[in-house]
Amino acid sequence: MSKKVLMKGNEAIAEAAIKSGCLHFFGYPITPQTEISEYMAKRMPKVGGLCLQAESEISAINMIMGAAAAGSRCLTSSSSPGISLKSEGISYIVACDLPCVIVNVQRGGPGLGGIQPSQQDYYQATKANGHGDEHVIVLAPASVQEMAQLTSEAFDLADIYRMPAMILADGALGQMMEPVDFELATKREVPEKTWAANGTGGKRKKNIINSLYMNPQDLEDSVIARYKRYDEVSEKEVKYEEYKCDDADIVIVSYGITSRICKTAITAARAKGIKVGLFRPITLWPYPKKPLNKLADSAKQFLVVELNMGQMVDDVKVATDCKRPVSFFGRTGGVIPTPAEVLAEIEKIAGGLN
Amino acid sequence: MTMNILLAGFGGQGILFAGKQLAKTAMYSDMQVSWLPSYGPEMRGGAANCSVIISDEEIGSPLVVTPDLLIAMNIPSYDKFEPCVVDGGMVIYDSTLIPTPALREGVSHYAIPASGIAEENGLNGMANVIILGYLLKITKLFEYDKFLDFMVQSIPATKAALIEKNKKALELGYNYEG
Repeated sequence: MSKKVLMKGNEAIAEAAIKSGCLHFFGYPITPQTEISEYMAKRMPKVGGLCLQAESEISAINMIMGAAAAGSRCLTSSSSPGISLKSEGISYIVACDLPCVIVNVQRGGPGLGGIQPSQQDYYQATKANGHGDEHVIVLAPASVQEMAQLTSEAFDLADIYRMPAMILADGALGQMMEPVDFELATKREVPEKTWAANGTGGKRKKNIINSLYMNPQDLEDSVIARYKRYDEVSEKEVKYEEYKCDDADIVIVSYGITSRICKTAITAARAKGIKVGLFRPITLWPYPKKPLNKLADSAKQFLVVELNMGQMVDDVKVATDCKRPVSFFGRTGGVIPTPAEVLAEIEKIAGGLN
Repeated sequence: MTMNILLAGFGGQGILFAGKQLAKTAMYSDMQVSWLPSYGPEMRGGAANCSVIISDEEIGSPLVVTPDLLIAMNIPSYDKFEPCVVDGGMVIYDSTLIPTPALREGVSHYAIPASGIAEENGLNGMANVIILGYLLKITKLFEYDKFLDFMVQSIPATKAALIEKNKKALELGYNYEG
């Protein structure tokens, strides 16, 4: 019998977190990610951990700051409007150099929006989760298996670089079931948390975790030091998938659930003789600039496909130094394009190239 | 081989459960599979549907827009999705609840009065399993015994009383002569 289990993406995140040694979950319910809380409420007490439904998202993210400061592996999850509420807390966590994992199972926006899948929080996740010069590592799974694997990875990355890591998923990935094998998750060496404020035992000087600097020079030094770490992350931790790019005239750039719709469209386009491939960023921050730039030497045109109004287009233009035209196709607000719609877009571009 | 299946009906008819049984059996048969439900307020009493894709290749889009096989368990679902079935595709529908469907040419229609059979046999609420039995016979998608085994396994111990009923429902569907 295979080790695979059939699970919802949301449940896979929760189980992977527990298997990664996560002992604290703080959240507040919101569709389409509530199964994470539900799963944690059932499982956490059995593994000696704590699942707590906070009174709000703001409260939950601040509980995360406390647990992370004490050195615990901790997780919070929400969906788009809830993530906006967490943004102040995320900035504080970044400023304190604390590791944690944040899950955003995106829904349609802006505002309360809708509950159907979207990728409208790309800008927020990759450019400004909070105020100040800050970044969080952003991982974009495209299957239930990746929901599990990238969650394990996120905990390790957060601990290694002392910064939050975010799983940027969407309602479809959260709600759908696929086989998942938890044994495929990789474990990395992580440093001991010597900085944690978890009691000195009378044996060491106390650790202070703080985000307030009254002297601008001290604050600048801390930001620059953090950006050196960001450079290291950008150098070492980029992840992406290339699919049929070798001979591709047209390269689609797409992530998450949308990349799968594109794969179906690519199969159909290839059957019609159109040379099209897919470049799928798995880390949205750091963005896989170098491999994408290399593709700009062989491809003739890039097509960005997202569930938003084109938020990743600028990143593709920057990564490719505008060497090739970059066009966009997307649906937004919770509408999911069909593979046929993407295929029509590919055919339109192919017609222009000939 | 890729099979795009769409199951649709009212919330409460066990549409998602039926889809899950197909997905589980496919997984245990070492095939690629995805199961995507409609979700949101429609799950509480209104329309419910789910997309199940079974394939021997990597699955792209998990959303079934043009099904090879449609399972329809009420009139609104039938009217909405029957026109989307691919040419040469199949529709299995509950003819107790959909007595006078429009039958599109180029599509094979299989009618089974699943809700009626359920009621006659004291199996209220199990029309979904009766339809699954009928589906196994028509499509030969999975071996009957294998499917039954995995279905029985997915019934929790606290609901052991339901095992016999499910077995009976699956058998009634499988043995139905249309």
